[in-house]
Amino acid sequence: MSDQIVTANRLADGRVVFLTEDADWSARIADSRPATGAAADLLLSVAHMSAADRVVVDPYLIEVTLGSGSPWPVLHRERIRATGPTIDQSPIREVA
Amino acid sequence: MYRYDRFDAQLVNERVAQFRDQVRRRLSGALSEEEFRPLRLLNGLYLQLHAYMLRVAIPYGTLSADQMRMLASIARRYDRGYGHFTTRQNIQFNWTRLQDAPDILADLASVEMHAIQTSGNTIRNTTADPFAGVAANEIEDPRIYCEAIRQWSTLHPEFTFLPRKFKIAVTGAPDDRAAIKVHDIGLALRRDADGAVGFEVMVGGGQGRTPMIAKTIRAFLPKRHLLSYLEAILRVYNLGGRRDNKYKARIKILVHDRGVDAFRADVEAEWARIRKAGLDLDEAELSRIAAHFAPPAYDDELRNPRAYADKLRADGKFAGWTRASVAAHRRNGYAIVTVSLKPEGGVPGDATAVQMDCIADLAARFSFGEIRITHEQNLVLAHVRQSDLFDLWRGLRAHGLATANVGLIGDIIACPGMDFCGLATTRSIPVAQQISTLFADLERQHDIGELRLKISGCINACGHHHVGHIGILVVDRKGAEFYQITLGGRADENAAIGKIIGRAFAADAVVGAVETIVNLYIARRQKDERFIDAYERLGPAPFKGALYGTG
Repeated sequence: MSDQIVTANRLADGRVVFLTEDADWSARIADSRPATGAAADLLLSVAHMSAADRVVVDPYLIEVTLGSGSPWPVLHRERIRATGPTIDQSPIREVA
Repeated sequence: MYRYDRFDAQLVNERVAQFRDQVRRRLSGALSEEEFRPLRLLNGLYLQLHAYMLRVAIPYGTLSADQMRMLASIARRYDRGYGHFTTRQNIQFNWTRLQDAPDILADLASVEMHAIQTSGNTIRNTTADPFAGVAANEIEDPRIYCEAIRQWSTLHPEFTFLPRKFKIAVTGAPDDRAAIKVHDIGLALRRDADGAVGFEVMVGGGQGRTPMIAKTIRAFLPKRHLLSYLEAILRVYNLGGRRDNKYKARIKILVHDRGVDAFRADVEAEWARIRKAGLDLDEAELSRIAAHFAPPAYDDELRNPRAYADKLRADGKFAGWTRASVAAHRRNGYAIVTVSLKPEGGVPGDATAVQMDCIADLAARFSFGEIRITHEQNLVLAHVRQSDLFDLWRGLRAHGLATANVGLIGDIIACPGMDFCGLATTRSIPVAQQISTLFADLERQHDIGELRLKISGCINACGHHHVGHIGILVVDRKGAEFYQITLGGRADENAAIGKIIGRAFAADAVVGAVETIVNLYIARRQKDERFIDAYERLGPAPFKGALYGTG
């Protein structure tokens, strides 16, 4: 049975977040809580409650590996979501 | 430049107020995500991979300097200091926060801009030839008719929930710089035998998973009938287009399945029924709109024509830039300048806020304060005195905007791909950056000559790979990116869909494959023969042989 974590986008700013050990959300995948089977489904139901509370949008489970000690997505798309665009865009934020 | 009338202003301001209230209700919980999603999409606000993305309409790709400055301001205040110009002459902001979106729309409204109908199954922003009004062989300025279409199609109650999105492009010149034949409707201004001006009406073009070239359903439509004829086409599509399968819902499928003759007969029958319903464009209204697109106050005195010639002789880099970026203007002593947004190794179509301000300033100084966006993700300053070109070039160069590669292999179209887009299945920008870096030598690019390379990160083909001389579709195979190359596509007046040349290439081989194609062309071309002409003469076999060792 594969390890899974819950991810979503934050309602207010759309940023990618992951469900943590204490049922909160973090932008760092390293903070996410992995689970398998029914435990993963339980995490997803917690996330849906959070969506109902307007914290996040459209939570879902993704498969991860735990080989490096921290959850790491199996799918390329989810890796990009977790780490941001892969390109060097040299963004210039001139005004905070 | 068209200026809003009181109806436009009221409509856009009311929409801002409505959306502000909708966002408030979403954040307060009065609206669920399911209820809110269609409302935000009606205002161009998508939820993409990393954040909300706001797509702002740039009607027919024309902007004032003040509007460009506002886009720069939005990029600074609400985004990460840049924006992305798209293949539909719009701009996207990739890092929008939901709570900021109403303020952004209010800022846009203050300069007569909005994001209405930049999403959803509606009639999207009508696009046009970026050389509109200045091309030497133009019949009339297509933006006059684009503006009429904008007014007719904005919040058109019957066409708000079409089977699928709907895109119209218009050109006034025989040379197609607007890719009209890969749009749902392509309109080309034509003269009939008596010299009257009207439109050739083409329907059913498009890219995506089923690429098709539009078919002519009327060789000549008197221009006063434009809107009633468009209405007839849309009505036939709205009733007959499929709604059971989104992949078969575009009008191209209806035209294909029904057959162009039967489709034409349906449109003509519907048109006969509605053409007297009051949609005719009368001369007074056309003149009113046309006045907004009247030529600027050109200076008839040629200033220092010898100075320009001297600069060309004296500065090779300047001369190289003019060769790529400067096109003939209909007015003696003036030039059309295309500003490349494709620096070596850059992200195609991206501009920083500083660059946007720079363009606005240079447009105000050298081009009557007007800027165009091209579907090839570049910018155009359409009214530059030849004698000002050197100063303009220096101003552009100071901000990294003078890459001399317009129309060359470094001038790559690429969609945002999976680095940003929620629909994409693979990335497209990294391979664009690699190819752009490989061919960074501008002398080499100029030696290769005109070559349109276009890259898409999924089958939706926003990067126009089907109509690239060299097209690259990046595909996902068990988590690895592979690169399917097509050759022979073109988006001009002789539009064609490229053919897949063979099996896809792995990431470590695709850039070399492009170089192999280019080298084969160099070896086999005849004098002054462009890549696309050489490919059409030679056919795919020698390219296939060079790539795969087969005949």
